[in-house]
Amino acid sequence: MERAVVTVIGKDRVGIVANISSILATHNVNILDISQTIMQDLFAMIMLVDISQADVDLSTLRSEIEAKAKEMGLQAIVQHENIFNYMHRI
Amino acid sequence: MPISPQEILETIRMIRMEHLDIRTVTMGISLLDVKGDSIEALAENIYKKITERAKNLRDTVEEVSSKYDIPIANTRITVTPIALIARAKEDDDLFPIAQALDRAGKDLRIDYIGGFGALVHKGCTPCDIALMNSIPGALAKLDRVCSSVNVASTKNGINMEAILLMAEKIKETAELSAERDSVACAKLVVYCNAPEDNPFMAGGFHGVGEGESAINVAISGPGTVRSALSKLKDASFNELTEEIKRTAFKITRVGELVGREISAKLGVPFGIVDLSLAPTPEEGDSIADILQAMGLEECGAPGSLAAIALLTDAVKKGGLFASSSVGGMSGTFIPLSEDAGMARAAERGSLTLDKLQAMTAVCSVGLDMVAIPGDTPVETIAGIIADEMAIGMMNNKTVGVRIIPAIGKKAGEWVDFGGLLGKAPILPVSSFRSDAFVRRKGRIQAPITSFTN
Repeated sequence: MERAVVTVIGKDRVGIVANISSILATHNVNILDISQTIMQDLFAMIMLVDISQADVDLSTLRSEIEAKAKEMGLQAIVQHENIFNYMHRI
Repeated sequence: MPISPQEILETIRMIRMEHLDIRTVTMGISLLDVKGDSIEALAENIYKKITERAKNLRDTVEEVSSKYDIPIANTRITVTPIALIARAKEDDDLFPIAQALDRAGKDLRIDYIGGFGALVHKGCTPCDIALMNSIPGALAKLDRVCSSVNVASTKNGINMEAILLMAEKIKETAELSAERDSVACAKLVVYCNAPEDNPFMAGGFHGVGEGESAINVAISGPGTVRSALSKLKDASFNELTEEIKRTAFKITRVGELVGREISAKLGVPFGIVDLSLAPTPEEGDSIADILQAMGLEECGAPGSLAAIALLTDAVKKGGLFASSSVGGMSGTFIPLSEDAGMARAAERGSLTLDKLQAMTAVCSVGLDMVAIPGDTPVETIAGIIADEMAIGMMNNKTVGVRIIPAIGKKAGEWVDFGGLLGKAPILPVSSFRSDAFVRRKGRIQAPITSFTN
Protein backbone atom coordinates (compact mmCIF):
# COMPACT_ATOMS: atom_id res chain seq x y z
CA MET A 1 0.00 0.00 0.00
CA GLU A 2 1.30 3.46 -0.87
CA ARG A 3 0.15 6.18 1.48
CA ALA A 4 0.20 9.95 1.63
CA VAL A 5 -0.63 12.47 4.34
CA VAL A 6 -2.96 15.38 3.57
CA THR A 7 -2.75 18.23 6.08
CA VAL A 8 -5.06 21.24 5.94
CA ILE A 9 -4.17 24.20 8.13
CA GLY A 10 -6.13 27.40 8.77
CA LYS A 11 -9.23 28.74 10.48
CA ASP A 12 -11.84 26.07 11.19
CA ARG A 13 -14.98 26.32 9.06
CA VAL A 14 -17.84 24.28 7.66
CA GLY A 15 -17.04 21.92 4.80
CA ILE A 16 -13.30 21.31 5.09
CA VAL A 17 -13.56 17.53 5.41
CA ALA A 18 -16.41 17.35 2.87
CA ASN A 19 -14.59 19.36 0.22
CA ILE A 20 -11.26 17.53 0.55
CA SER A 21 -12.93 14.11 0.79
CA SER A 22 -14.88 14.68 -2.40
CA ILE A 23 -11.64 15.30 -4.36
CA LEU A 24 -10.14 12.14 -2.85
CA ALA A 25 -13.26 10.11 -3.73
CA THR A 26 -13.27 11.40 -7.30
CA HIS A 27 -9.76 10.02 -7.77
CA ASN A 28 -10.35 6.70 -5.98
CA VAL A 29 -8.21 7.62 -2.99
CA ASN A 30 -9.31 5.88 0.22
CA ILE A 31 -9.17 7.70 3.57
CA LEU A 32 -7.51 5.43 6.16
CA ASP A 33 -7.47 7.75 9.15
CA ILE A 34 -8.50 11.27 9.94
CA SER A 35 -7.73 13.52 12.91
CA GLN A 36 -7.99 17.13 13.97
CA THR A 37 -5.73 19.12 16.22
CA ILE A 38 -4.63 22.66 17.03
CA MET A 39 -1.23 23.93 15.87
CA GLN A 40 -0.17 27.30 17.25
CA ASP A 41 -3.80 28.56 17.43
CA LEU A 42 -4.59 27.24 13.97
CA PHE A 43 -6.86 24.36 13.15
CA ALA A 44 -5.17 21.38 11.51
CA MET A 45 -6.98 18.50 9.84
CA ILE A 46 -4.79 15.51 8.99
CA MET A 47 -5.80 12.64 6.73
CA LEU A 48 -3.84 9.46 6.03
CA VAL A 49 -4.85 8.25 2.58
CA ASP A 50 -4.16 5.25 0.37
CA ILE A 51 -2.96 6.40 -3.05
CA SER A 52 -2.10 3.00 -4.51
CA GLN A 53 -5.41 2.78 -6.46
CA ALA A 54 -5.53 6.49 -7.38
CA ASP A 55 -6.35 7.36 -11.01
CA VAL A 56 -3.98 10.37 -10.97
CA ASP A 57 -0.40 10.84 -9.79
CA LEU A 58 0.50 12.48 -6.48
CA SER A 59 1.38 15.84 -8.01
CA THR A 60 -1.99 16.16 -9.81
CA LEU A 61 -3.82 15.20 -6.62
CA ARG A 62 -1.74 17.76 -4.73
CA SER A 63 -2.58 20.62 -7.12
CA GLU A 64 -6.33 19.89 -6.94
CA ILE A 65 -6.33 19.73 -3.14
CA GLU A 66 -4.17 22.85 -2.83
CA ALA A 67 -6.49 24.75 -5.15
CA LYS A 68 -9.61 23.70 -3.22
CA ALA A 69 -8.01 24.61 0.13
CA LYS A 70 -7.00 27.99 -1.24
CA GLU A 71 -10.62 28.63 -2.30
CA MET A 72 -11.62 28.06 1.31
CA GLY A 73 -8.87 30.36 2.61
CA LEU A 74 -6.81 27.44 3.91
CA GLN A 75 -3.42 25.92 3.25
CA ALA A 76 -3.08 22.27 2.19
CA ILE A 77 0.08 20.17 2.23
CA VAL A 78 0.21 16.75 0.57
CA GLN A 79 3.23 14.58 1.33
CA HIS A 80 4.20 10.98 0.73
CA GLU A 81 4.23 9.31 4.17
CA ASN A 82 7.88 8.19 3.89
CA ILE A 83 9.12 11.57 5.06
CA PHE A 84 7.43 11.09 8.44
CA ASN A 85 8.66 7.51 8.77
CA TYR A 86 12.20 8.64 8.01
CA MET A 87 12.16 11.59 10.41
CA HIS A 88 10.32 10.11 13.36
CA ARG A 89 11.03 6.38 13.32
CA ILE A 90 14.32 4.48 13.50
CA MET B 1 3.73 2.57 15.53
CA PRO B 2 1.63 4.97 13.44
CA ILE B 3 2.87 8.51 13.01
CA SER B 4 1.11 10.89 15.39
CA PRO B 5 -0.51 14.20 14.35
CA GLN B 6 2.08 16.00 16.51
CA GLU B 7 4.91 14.40 14.54
CA ILE B 8 3.29 15.32 11.25
CA LEU B 9 2.84 18.91 12.37
CA GLU B 10 6.41 19.05 13.67
CA THR B 11 7.68 18.11 10.22
CA ILE B 12 5.43 20.67 8.55
CA ARG B 13 6.47 23.36 11.02
CA MET B 14 10.16 22.64 10.39
CA ILE B 15 9.69 22.90 6.62
CA ARG B 16 7.18 25.73 6.35
CA MET B 17 8.13 27.95 9.29
CA GLU B 18 11.73 27.16 10.21
CA HIS B 19 13.32 26.98 6.73
CA LEU B 20 14.26 23.30 6.85
CA ASP B 21 15.26 22.46 3.31
CA ILE B 22 17.68 20.52 1.23
CA ARG B 23 20.36 23.03 0.33
CA THR B 24 21.50 21.10 -2.69
CA VAL B 25 21.35 17.85 -4.56
CA THR B 26 24.69 17.54 -6.31
CA MET B 27 25.57 14.98 -8.94
CA GLY B 28 29.25 14.17 -9.16
CA ILE B 29 30.50 13.12 -12.59
CA SER B 30 33.96 11.73 -13.36
CA LEU B 31 35.69 13.25 -16.38
CA LEU B 32 38.80 11.09 -16.10
CA ASP B 33 37.89 9.24 -19.32
CA VAL B 34 37.23 12.37 -21.39
CA LYS B 35 39.81 13.22 -24.04
CA GLY B 36 40.24 15.67 -26.90
CA ASP B 37 42.93 16.58 -29.46
CA SER B 38 42.68 20.24 -28.59
CA ILE B 39 41.28 22.27 -25.70
CA GLU B 40 38.22 23.06 -27.82
CA ALA B 41 37.64 19.39 -28.67
CA LEU B 42 38.09 18.41 -25.04
CA ALA B 43 35.60 21.10 -24.01
CA GLU B 44 33.02 19.75 -26.45
CA ASN B 45 33.48 16.18 -25.18
CA ILE B 46 33.13 17.35 -21.59
CA TYR B 47 29.88 19.09 -22.53
CA LYS B 48 28.59 15.90 -24.16
CA LYS B 49 29.43 13.67 -21.22
CA ILE B 50 27.89 15.95 -18.59
CA THR B 51 24.69 16.63 -20.52
CA GLU B 52 24.22 12.91 -21.20
CA ARG B 53 24.87 11.80 -17.61
CA ALA B 54 22.75 14.47 -15.95
CA LYS B 55 19.96 14.83 -18.50
CA ASN B 56 17.23 13.77 -16.03
CA LEU B 57 18.75 15.37 -12.93
CA ARG B 58 16.68 18.54 -12.71
CA ASP B 59 13.32 16.86 -13.43
CA THR B 60 14.00 14.15 -10.85
CA VAL B 61 14.99 16.69 -8.21
CA GLU B 62 11.76 18.62 -8.81
CA GLU B 63 9.67 15.45 -8.67
CA VAL B 64 11.12 14.32 -5.32
CA SER B 65 10.91 17.83 -3.87
CA SER B 66 7.20 17.92 -4.63
CA LYS B 67 6.54 14.37 -3.40
CA TYR B 68 7.65 15.26 0.14
CA ASP B 69 6.89 18.99 0.11
CA ILE B 70 10.55 19.59 0.93
CA PRO B 71 12.19 22.55 -0.84
CA ILE B 72 15.44 21.72 -2.65
CA ALA B 73 17.15 25.07 -2.99
CA ASN B 74 19.79 24.13 -5.57
CA THR B 75 20.61 21.43 -8.09
CA ARG B 76 24.32 21.22 -8.84
CA ILE B 77 26.97 19.20 -10.62
CA THR B 78 30.56 18.52 -9.65
CA VAL B 79 33.23 17.19 -11.99
CA THR B 80 36.80 15.93 -11.75
CA PRO B 81 39.18 18.86 -11.19
CA ILE B 82 39.76 20.14 -14.71
CA ALA B 83 43.53 20.57 -14.20
CA LEU B 84 43.78 16.76 -13.98
CA ILE B 85 42.37 16.16 -17.43
CA ALA B 86 43.15 19.25 -19.51
CA ARG B 87 46.73 18.24 -20.49
CA ALA B 88 47.45 21.94 -21.10
CA LYS B 89 50.70 23.89 -21.31
CA GLU B 90 51.48 26.64 -18.83
CA ASP B 91 50.37 29.52 -21.06
CA ASP B 92 47.21 27.86 -22.43
CA ASP B 93 43.88 29.52 -21.73
CA LEU B 94 41.35 27.01 -20.37
CA PHE B 95 38.39 29.36 -20.77
CA PRO B 96 36.76 27.15 -23.47
CA ILE B 97 36.46 24.35 -20.91
CA ALA B 98 34.89 26.65 -18.32
CA GLN B 99 32.52 27.85 -21.03
CA ALA B 100 31.53 24.25 -21.85
CA LEU B 101 30.83 23.57 -18.16
CA ASP B 102 28.70 26.70 -17.95
CA ARG B 103 26.78 25.81 -21.13
CA ALA B 104 26.12 22.29 -19.84
CA GLY B 105 24.84 23.76 -16.57
CA LYS B 106 22.57 26.17 -18.40
CA ASP B 107 21.15 23.51 -20.72
CA LEU B 108 20.52 21.16 -17.78
CA ARG B 109 18.84 23.98 -15.77
CA ILE B 110 21.15 23.54 -12.81
CA ASP B 111 22.40 26.27 -10.48
CA TYR B 112 26.14 25.70 -10.16
CA ILE B 113 28.79 23.44 -11.62
CA GLY B 114 31.96 22.92 -9.59
CA GLY B 115 35.32 21.46 -10.47
CA PHE B 116 37.11 24.13 -12.51
CA GLY B 117 39.97 23.54 -10.13
CA ALA B 118 43.30 21.98 -9.26
CA LEU B 119 44.98 19.98 -6.49
CA VAL B 120 48.36 21.58 -5.86
CA HIS B 121 49.09 20.89 -2.18
CA LYS B 122 52.49 19.43 -3.01
CA GLY B 123 53.32 21.14 -6.27
CA CYS B 124 51.99 22.57 -9.52
CA THR B 125 52.08 21.01 -12.99
CA PRO B 126 52.09 23.32 -16.04
CA CYS B 127 48.41 22.45 -16.46
CA ASP B 128 47.69 23.46 -12.84
CA ILE B 129 49.29 26.85 -13.54
CA ALA B 130 47.24 27.23 -16.72
CA LEU B 131 44.09 26.45 -14.80
CA MET B 132 44.79 28.90 -11.98
CA ASN B 133 45.58 31.61 -14.53
CA SER B 134 42.25 30.91 -16.26
CA ILE B 135 40.16 31.25 -13.08
CA PRO B 136 39.61 35.05 -12.98
CA GLY B 137 38.31 35.25 -16.55
CA ALA B 138 36.10 32.21 -16.15
CA LEU B 139 34.50 33.31 -12.91
CA ALA B 140 33.98 36.90 -13.99
CA LYS B 141 32.40 36.04 -17.34
CA LEU B 142 30.37 32.93 -16.48
CA ASP B 143 27.49 32.53 -14.02
CA ARG B 144 27.50 28.90 -12.97
CA VAL B 145 31.11 27.77 -12.89
CA CYS B 146 32.81 27.42 -9.50
CA SER B 147 36.51 26.96 -8.77
CA SER B 148 38.43 25.44 -5.93
CA VAL B 149 42.15 24.91 -5.52
CA ASN B 150 43.58 22.71 -2.78
CA VAL B 151 46.86 24.30 -1.69
CA ALA B 152 47.54 22.46 1.56
CA SER B 153 47.02 19.18 3.35
CA THR B 154 47.93 17.64 6.68
CA LYS B 155 49.92 14.94 4.89
CA ASN B 156 51.81 17.25 2.51
CA GLY B 157 52.10 20.65 4.13
CA ILE B 158 51.28 24.07 2.72
CA ASN B 159 52.25 25.08 -0.82
CA MET B 160 53.10 28.71 -0.11
CA GLU B 161 53.90 29.54 -3.75
CA ALA B 162 50.43 28.35 -4.77
CA ILE B 163 48.90 30.48 -2.01
CA LEU B 164 50.62 33.61 -3.32
CA LEU B 165 49.48 32.82 -6.87
CA MET B 166 45.91 32.23 -5.66
CA ALA B 167 45.95 35.47 -3.69
CA GLU B 168 46.83 37.24 -6.96
CA LYS B 169 44.03 35.38 -8.76
CA ILE B 170 41.52 36.34 -6.06
CA LYS B 171 42.50 39.99 -6.52
CA GLU B 172 42.22 39.73 -10.32
CA THR B 173 38.84 38.00 -10.02
CA ALA B 174 37.67 40.81 -7.73
CA GLU B 175 38.84 43.46 -10.18
CA LEU B 176 37.09 41.81 -13.12
CA SER B 177 33.76 41.90 -11.27
CA ALA B 178 34.36 45.22 -9.46
CA GLU B 179 31.09 46.73 -10.65
CA ARG B 180 29.14 43.94 -8.88
CA ASP B 181 30.86 44.18 -5.46
CA SER B 182 33.50 41.70 -6.73
CA VAL B 183 30.94 38.90 -6.46
CA ALA B 184 32.89 36.55 -8.77
CA CYS B 185 35.15 35.80 -5.78
CA ALA B 186 32.15 34.09 -4.14
CA LYS B 187 32.70 31.26 -6.63
CA LEU B 188 36.30 30.60 -5.60
CA VAL B 189 37.62 28.59 -2.64
CA VAL B 190 41.21 27.97 -1.56
CA TYR B 191 41.39 24.76 0.45
CA CYS B 192 43.33 22.70 2.93
CA ASN B 193 42.32 19.01 3.10
CA ALA B 194 39.55 19.41 0.49
CA PRO B 195 36.88 16.68 0.71
CA GLU B 196 36.32 14.71 -2.49
CA ASP B 197 32.55 14.36 -2.13
CA ASN B 198 31.48 17.84 -1.06
CA PRO B 199 28.07 18.86 -2.46
CA PHE B 200 28.44 22.49 -1.36
CA MET B 201 29.72 25.28 -3.57
CA ALA B 202 31.96 26.94 -4.38
CA GLY B 203 34.28 24.17 -3.17
CA GLY B 204 32.56 21.13 -4.65
CA PHE B 205 34.41 18.82 -7.04
CA HIS B 206 34.25 15.12 -7.91
CA GLY B 207 37.38 13.65 -6.36
CA VAL B 208 39.77 11.30 -8.14
CA GLY B 209 38.97 8.50 -5.67
CA GLU B 210 35.29 8.69 -6.54
CA GLY B 211 33.43 6.39 -8.94
CA GLU B 212 31.89 7.25 -12.28
CA SER B 213 29.11 9.29 -10.71
CA ALA B 214 27.33 9.84 -7.40
CA ILE B 215 24.44 11.73 -5.83
CA ASN B 216 25.49 13.83 -2.85
CA VAL B 217 23.03 15.77 -0.73
CA ALA B 218 23.44 18.70 1.63
CA ILE B 219 20.89 19.70 4.21
CA SER B 220 20.24 23.08 5.75
CA GLY B 221 18.52 23.57 9.06
CA PRO B 222 19.90 26.29 11.38
CA GLY B 223 16.34 27.68 11.75
CA THR B 224 15.07 24.39 13.19
CA VAL B 225 17.98 24.14 15.65
CA ARG B 226 17.50 27.74 16.78
CA SER B 227 13.79 27.17 17.26
CA ALA B 228 14.39 23.99 19.29
CA LEU B 229 16.99 25.72 21.50
CA SER B 230 14.92 28.86 22.06
CA LYS B 231 12.52 26.73 24.12
CA LEU B 232 15.35 25.67 26.45
CA LYS B 233 16.19 28.86 28.30
CA ASP B 234 17.43 27.35 31.57
CA ALA B 235 18.60 24.01 30.23
CA SER B 236 22.00 22.55 31.07
CA PHE B 237 24.72 22.08 28.44
CA ASN B 238 23.87 18.42 28.36
CA GLU B 239 20.23 19.18 27.59
CA LEU B 240 21.26 21.62 24.85
CA THR B 241 23.45 18.93 23.30
CA GLU B 242 20.70 16.33 23.41
CA GLU B 243 18.19 18.69 21.77
CA ILE B 244 20.65 19.56 18.97
CA LYS B 245 21.33 15.86 18.42
CA ARG B 246 17.62 15.08 18.14
CA THR B 247 17.06 17.91 15.68
CA ALA B 248 20.15 17.04 13.63
CA PHE B 249 18.95 13.45 13.43
CA LYS B 250 15.58 14.49 11.95
CA ILE B 251 17.12 16.95 9.49
CA THR B 252 19.67 14.42 8.32
CA ARG B 253 17.01 11.76 7.81
CA VAL B 254 15.31 14.05 5.30
CA GLY B 255 18.61 14.34 3.42
CA GLU B 256 19.04 10.59 3.48
CA LEU B 257 15.51 10.00 2.17
CA VAL B 258 15.82 12.54 -0.64
CA GLY B 259 19.31 11.37 -1.62
CA ARG B 260 18.39 7.70 -1.72
CA GLU B 261 15.25 8.33 -3.72
CA ILE B 262 16.92 10.56 -6.33
CA SER B 263 19.79 8.12 -6.58
CA ALA B 264 17.40 5.18 -7.19
CA LYS B 265 15.36 7.07 -9.77
CA LEU B 266 18.46 8.13 -11.72
CA GLY B 267 20.25 4.79 -11.35
CA VAL B 268 23.27 6.64 -9.94
CA PRO B 269 24.94 5.43 -6.71
CA PHE B 270 24.11 7.36 -3.56
CA GLY B 271 27.22 9.12 -2.32
CA ILE B 272 26.87 11.00 0.95
CA VAL B 273 24.72 13.29 3.05
CA ASP B 274 26.64 16.36 4.14
CA LEU B 275 25.12 17.20 7.49
CA SER B 276 26.49 20.70 7.77
CA LEU B 277 24.32 23.37 9.30
CA ALA B 278 24.30 25.85 6.42
CA PRO B 279 22.63 29.18 7.12
CA THR B 280 20.76 31.36 4.63
CA PRO B 281 20.13 35.11 4.73
CA GLU B 282 16.49 34.37 5.69
CA GLU B 283 15.43 35.77 9.08
CA GLY B 284 16.13 33.21 11.80
CA ASP B 285 18.01 30.72 9.59
CA SER B 286 21.24 31.74 11.24
CA ILE B 287 24.14 30.24 13.19
CA ALA B 288 24.60 33.56 15.00
CA ASP B 289 21.00 33.32 16.19
CA ILE B 290 21.68 29.80 17.52
CA LEU B 291 24.54 31.24 19.62
CA GLN B 292 22.12 33.87 20.92
CA ALA B 293 19.57 31.17 21.75
CA MET B 294 22.34 29.46 23.77
CA GLY B 295 22.74 32.62 25.84
CA LEU B 296 25.40 34.79 24.18
CA GLU B 297 24.45 38.44 23.70
CA GLU B 298 25.87 38.34 20.19
CA CYS B 299 27.91 36.03 17.99
CA GLY B 300 31.58 36.81 18.63
CA ALA B 301 31.14 37.42 22.37
CA PRO B 302 33.49 35.49 24.66
CA GLY B 303 32.18 31.93 24.75
CA SER B 304 31.46 31.84 21.00
CA LEU B 305 34.10 29.20 20.27
CA ALA B 306 32.82 27.01 23.07
CA ALA B 307 29.26 27.39 21.79
CA ILE B 308 30.25 26.58 18.19
CA ALA B 309 32.25 23.58 19.39
CA LEU B 310 29.24 22.25 21.29
CA LEU B 311 26.96 22.87 18.33
CA THR B 312 29.23 21.30 15.70
CA ASP B 313 29.91 18.22 17.75
CA ALA B 314 26.25 17.67 18.64
CA VAL B 315 25.20 18.06 15.00
CA LYS B 316 27.73 15.39 14.01
CA LYS B 317 26.65 13.01 16.76
CA GLY B 318 22.97 13.30 15.83
CA GLY B 319 23.60 13.24 12.11
CA LEU B 320 25.97 10.29 11.99
CA PHE B 321 23.33 8.08 13.54
CA ALA B 322 20.78 9.20 10.95
CA SER B 323 22.61 8.33 7.77
CA SER B 324 24.54 5.36 6.48
CA SER B 325 26.98 7.56 4.61
CA VAL B 326 27.99 10.94 5.93
CA GLY B 327 30.67 12.95 4.14
CA GLY B 328 31.56 16.28 2.60
CA MET B 329 32.15 19.04 5.13
CA SER B 330 29.70 17.96 7.83
CA GLY B 331 30.13 20.66 10.43
CA THR B 332 28.84 24.15 11.03
CA PHE B 333 29.12 26.85 8.40
CA ILE B 334 29.77 30.42 9.40
CA PRO B 335 29.70 32.30 6.08
CA LEU B 336 29.58 35.94 7.01
CA SER B 337 27.40 37.36 4.25
CA GLU B 338 25.13 34.31 3.91
CA ASP B 339 24.07 34.51 7.54
CA ALA B 340 22.09 37.66 8.39
CA GLY B 341 22.89 37.21 12.09
CA MET B 342 26.63 36.97 11.46
CA ALA B 343 26.49 40.11 9.31
CA ARG B 344 24.60 41.86 12.12
CA ALA B 345 27.27 40.75 14.63
CA ALA B 346 30.00 42.15 12.38
CA GLU B 347 28.19 45.46 12.08
CA ARG B 348 27.74 45.68 15.86
CA GLY B 349 31.49 45.15 16.27
CA SER B 350 31.09 41.90 18.16
CA LEU B 351 32.54 39.79 15.36
CA THR B 352 35.96 40.69 13.96
CA LEU B 353 38.08 38.95 11.32
CA ASP B 354 40.37 37.58 14.04
CA LYS B 355 37.46 36.19 16.11
CA LEU B 356 35.91 34.71 12.99
CA GLN B 357 39.20 33.03 12.11
CA ALA B 358 39.47 31.65 15.64
CA MET B 359 35.95 30.21 15.30
CA THR B 360 37.02 28.35 12.16
CA ALA B 361 39.32 26.21 14.32
CA VAL B 362 36.30 24.52 15.90
CA CYS B 363 33.86 24.32 13.01
CA SER B 364 33.89 23.89 9.28
CA VAL B 365 34.53 25.44 6.86
CA GLY B 366 37.03 28.21 7.19
CA LEU B 367 36.88 31.89 6.41
CA ASP B 368 33.80 31.95 4.26
CA MET B 369 32.15 34.78 2.35
CA VAL B 370 34.18 37.44 4.11
CA ALA B 371 34.45 40.79 2.36
CA ILE B 372 37.62 42.79 3.00
CA PRO B 373 38.68 46.25 1.72
CA GLY B 374 39.40 46.31 -2.03
CA ASP B 375 42.86 47.83 -1.51
CA THR B 376 44.07 44.94 0.67
CA PRO B 377 47.53 43.98 -0.67
CA VAL B 378 47.94 40.59 -2.37
CA GLU B 379 50.55 39.63 0.23
CA THR B 380 48.12 40.32 3.07
CA ILE B 381 45.49 38.13 1.37
CA ALA B 382 48.16 35.42 1.04
CA GLY B 383 48.97 35.79 4.74
CA ILE B 384 45.31 35.41 5.72
CA ILE B 385 45.04 32.29 3.54
CA ALA B 386 48.26 30.84 4.96
CA ASP B 387 46.98 31.30 8.53
CA GLU B 388 43.74 29.52 7.69
CA MET B 389 45.58 26.68 5.93
CA ALA B 390 47.74 26.29 9.04
CA ILE B 391 44.60 25.85 11.17
CA GLY B 392 43.44 23.10 8.81
CA MET B 393 46.82 21.40 8.48
CA MET B 394 47.63 21.31 12.19
CA ASN B 395 44.13 20.21 13.24
CA ASN B 396 43.74 17.62 10.50
CA LYS B 397 40.54 19.22 9.26
CA THR B 398 39.09 20.76 6.13
CA VAL B 399 39.21 24.52 5.88
CA GLY B 400 38.64 26.86 2.99
CA VAL B 401 39.06 30.54 2.32
CA ARG B 402 36.42 32.33 0.30
CA ILE B 403 37.38 35.94 0.65
CA ILE B 404 36.15 38.90 -1.36
CA PRO B 405 38.33 42.00 -1.71
CA ALA B 406 35.53 44.46 -2.58
CA ILE B 407 37.19 46.70 -5.13
CA GLY B 408 36.53 50.40 -4.54
CA LYS B 409 35.08 49.85 -1.06
CA LYS B 410 36.45 50.37 2.45
CA ALA B 411 36.00 48.72 5.83
CA GLY B 412 32.55 49.35 7.30
CA GLU B 413 30.84 49.79 3.93
CA TRP B 414 28.46 47.01 2.88
CA VAL B 415 28.56 44.59 -0.03
CA ASP B 416 25.34 43.05 -1.34
CA PHE B 417 25.69 39.89 -3.46
CA GLY B 418 21.98 39.08 -3.64
CA GLY B 419 20.10 35.81 -3.14
CA LEU B 420 21.64 33.05 -1.03
CA LEU B 421 25.02 34.85 -1.08
CA GLY B 422 23.56 37.62 1.09
CA LYS B 423 25.15 40.88 2.25
CA ALA B 424 27.66 41.93 4.88
CA PRO B 425 29.80 44.80 6.14
CA ILE B 426 33.42 44.82 4.96
CA LEU B 427 35.75 43.75 7.78
CA PRO B 428 38.95 45.69 8.44
CA VAL B 429 42.22 43.74 8.03
CA SER B 430 45.52 44.22 9.80
CA SER B 431 47.71 46.92 8.27
CA PHE B 432 50.92 45.14 9.34
CA ARG B 433 52.64 43.59 6.32
CA SER B 434 53.44 39.94 5.57
CA ASP B 435 55.30 40.48 2.26
CA ALA B 436 58.73 39.07 3.07
CA PHE B 437 57.21 35.96 4.64
CA VAL B 438 54.67 35.03 1.94
CA ARG B 439 57.13 35.73 -0.90
CA ARG B 440 59.53 32.99 0.22
CA LYS B 441 59.71 29.99 -2.12
CA GLY B 442 58.59 26.44 -1.46
CA ARG B 443 56.41 24.68 1.02
CA ILE B 444 55.76 24.65 4.74
CA GLN B 445 56.43 21.06 5.77
CA ALA B 446 53.75 18.70 6.98
CA PRO B 447 53.41 18.58 10.78
CA ILE B 448 54.96 15.76 12.76
CA THR B 449 51.47 14.64 13.79
CA SER B 450 50.82 13.64 10.16
CA PHE B 451 53.41 10.87 10.32
CA THR B 452 51.06 8.25 11.63
CA ASN B 453 52.16 5.24 9.58
